[in-house]
Amino acid sequence: MDWLIILASGVATGTVLLYATVGEIFSERSGVLNLGVEGMMLLGAMSAYKATAATNDPWIGLLVAMLAAGLVSQVHAFIAITLQADQVISGLALNFLATGISLVFGEGLTSLRDVVPQLPKLTLPLLDRIPVLGRIFFTNQSIMVYIGYLFVPLAWYYINRTRPGMHLRAVGEYPAAADTLGIRVYFLRYMYVFVGGLLAGLAGATISLSISPGWFGSLTTSGQGWIAIGLVIFAQWNPVQAAFGAFTFGALRRLVLDIQGPSTILGLANPFFYNTYYGFFLKMLPYAFTVIFLVIGSREANRKRIGTPAALGLPYIRGQRGL
Amino acid sequence: MDEERSENGFENVVSMRGITKRFPGVLANDKVDFDLRKGEVHALLGENGAGKSTLMNVLAGLYRPEEGTIRLHGKVVEFGSPREAIEEGIGMVHQHFMLVPSQSVTENILLGLKEPRFRMQLPKYNQIIGEMAGKFGLHVDPAAKVWQLSVGEQQRVEILKMLYRGADVLIMDEPTAVLAPTEISELFNTLRSMTEQGKSVVFISHKLHEVMDISDRVTVLRKGKVTSSGLNTGDVTRADLAHLMVGRDVVFQVEKSEAHAGDMVLSVEELEAKNDKGLPALNGISLNVRQGEIVGLAGVAGNGQKELAETLAGLRPVTKGRILVNNQDVTNKPVKLGIRHGISLIPADRTQVGTAPNLSVTDNVIMKNYDQAPIGSNGLLNMSEAENYAEDLKLAFDIMVPTIDTSVRLLSGGNLQKVILAREISSEPKLMIAVQPTRGLDVGAIEGVQKLLLAQRNAGAAILLISEELEELLSLSDRIYVIYEGEIMGEIRDNDINKIGMMMTGTRLEQIEGEGVARNE
Ligand SMILES: Nc1ncnc2c1ncn2[C@@H]1O[C@H](COP(=O)(O)OP(=O)(O)O)[C@@H](O)[C@H]1O
Ligand SMILES: [Mg+2]
Repeated sequence: MDWLIILASGVATGTVLLYATVGEIFSERSGVLNLGVEGMMLLGAMSAYKATAATNDPWIGLLVAMLAAGLVSQVHAFIAITLQADQVISGLALNFLATGISLVFGEGLTSLRDVVPQLPKLTLPLLDRIPVLGRIFFTNQSIMVYIGYLFVPLAWYYINRTRPGMHLRAVGEYPAAADTLGIRVYFLRYMYVFVGGLLAGLAGATISLSISPGWFGSLTTSGQGWIAIGLVIFAQWNPVQAAFGAFTFGALRRLVLDIQGPSTILGLANPFFYNTYYGFFLKMLPYAFTVIFLVIGSREANRKRIGTPAALGLPYIRGQRGL
Repeated sequence: MDEERSENGFENVVSMRGITKRFPGVLANDKVDFDLRKGEVHALLGENGAGKSTLMNVLAGLYRPEEGTIRLHGKVVEFGSPREAIEEGIGMVHQHFMLVPSQSVTENILLGLKEPRFRMQLPKYNQIIGEMAGKFGLHVDPAAKVWQLSVGEQQRVEILKMLYRGADVLIMDEPTAVLAPTEISELFNTLRSMTEQGKSVVFISHKLHEVMDISDRVTVLRKGKVTSSGLNTGDVTRADLAHLMVGRDVVFQVEKSEAHAGDMVLSVEELEAKNDKGLPALNGISLNVRQGEIVGLAGVAGNGQKELAETLAGLRPVTKGRILVNNQDVTNKPVKLGIRHGISLIPADRTQVGTAPNLSVTDNVIMKNYDQAPIGSNGLLNMSEAENYAEDLKLAFDIMVPTIDTSVRLLSGGNLQKVILAREISSEPKLMIAVQPTRGLDVGAIEGVQKLLLAQRNAGAAILLISEELEELLSLSDRIYVIYEGEIMGEIRDNDINKIGMMMTGTRLEQIEGEGVARNE
């Protein structure tokens, strides 16, 4: 068992979570909880794969995936923002809708396994020679991984140090205040739900065109959208912490797959190799860690008074009393 | 009419004519006229629910009136949004601050503006805003996060926000309701320096002495109508204004009979507790309250009053010392036990602690006895009993709501307080802890609340009245403790204001009396 390989593939798996998590961060920072991430990712994975099969160009596939998930996210935006319905329910409904569309249109894609081109993989010169880190982060990774490295600090900067980022935060914290200052609350909320959709689509496309290429129905995303929603809380709505969580989580997912392989670990008999029932326990681990992370993360948040956007999940109704 | 005024040499910055604004079921403004002159502080006086905020929200572009016109420097304007109003120089500081707590002062001020274009360049803007703050005496650290600021500082941020946008007309909606006395005089200084620089201020209030203090002219609203428009403050008395405001003569002094203090109900021994930040807030408080008396606790805000009330109600852990109620130790016992011992809390925070804002009046009044017959039986709620109960209280306490199913967040401050009092008093408490029970209420409502407290006292309840309004403490209390930095400075039985004042600023009663003795010798 090669630890570096586990960590490197953890980074790759984590990149998927990263895009989805940061997308959800944008949406939630504007005050809209979108539980449809899993469905939007699946739609992204399917449409990316289908479009790539049709055009033979994975970049077109990627674009189509983002647009498809972005568009479907607007269903939720309409229900949650304009109709002011319960965001949890609407998000769950979006999830069913997007999953359904994906499964119907994904019919028959599984058999295309070897003909659909993938996104390129690269090794970054020089950087790959950094001891240990070079092999984990910069050797033979998908191009989406490298885009992810750039994306995280940019997202952080956008949210915390730019005018539109400040407006985004204001809309999610205190929409009535933003509204009195002429910030277009509804428009911005629609826009960031759309951004969340784009990124969930991107995450899905990253799976089907690069990290674990192919279309396997709902197994393609296998619950990663839900993990992303948990990671948002762990990350305290901060993209940098989201990257940390996503990579850690990615590595954990890889570890539980790989640890059942070898018959000995560190010179000792590997219990996971000899007793296959332990596999169930292993599969639980990443989720158990999510729970632990969440508890630690939110305690920290309480202490520092950061965290949940104050208006998260609440529809904004202009002129309503008691806000 | 406008021409007449200008012949008099006054320039009307704003003139509103025939403003009518309806809300479902209420006529909040009924053909209201209002004029604001350049460089004046114009007070808008009226009871809670009179329509003051509504009228100014119309001027500030938040609400659109059904009828009426607004002229700005003689030109008719129509504002579709607060942004359009502020672009014309009209800025409003709301009763509930419109600040984003997680953002810095500078960020809050820059929100919604076109500059900076993209990058925030915070250091540069921190400096610009710091300079502007200095010019008007509005001291606040531009880099501080809003949640770290005191209420007074937050208010300064709100004012700065409007000034930064170039407001010439500043509307302040009940600005003093949240301020400590020293902060009030600072605010008044700021307002004066603004009018000296040619700006005009609308000062909304229901506190007569403040209106008398700060305003040049006053317009009084009652039930959505103007009862008197643009009087010179110098020409009227407090009693005149009170009459215009409530439509009847207000008794300023409540009638109070002799106290018949009975058995000891509350006895607090060497109590210590920490505040939310984990710092010591109470440093060995000892006091007691007997049956049938009102004991006041005086002190400047933030000296441990809030923490004391919370420890007594069982909401905050005691780190040292004991609380005895009817000779039973209730220190760090569950809240429910306190309720059974007849402890009742009227919290300062009516909307967060005192009520559940989204629940109906019914739900809010049954919160303490939902599990007792006839409302609760066998773990089930009998809703029709609960509604009867709520209807009875609504009548008995004169709670003004369309129906008992209305969410209490839609209620005005006075009616909200009545809901709380109705719930607490009907539980027949042996001990009532009332924190700022009349804060933010109008004259009529204050009188009602004070009468209810006195009635409780006369019926034999022990009442601890924690208040920052000295006048109220003096008129209601049978004796007064003074708290300073979590310690009791002494107990006053003769309403000696000078002594109380010295104790509130940290002198112990023994010291005062010691000096007095020394001087006499
Ligand atoms: N947004 C609103 N929705 C419904 N009713 C309102 C709203 N704002 C104010 N009202 C009602 O209009 C009346 C006037 O309220 P307001 O202007 O807030 O009074 P004031 O500021 O003088 O205390 C009250 O009866 C109040 O309940
Ligand atoms: Mg008001």
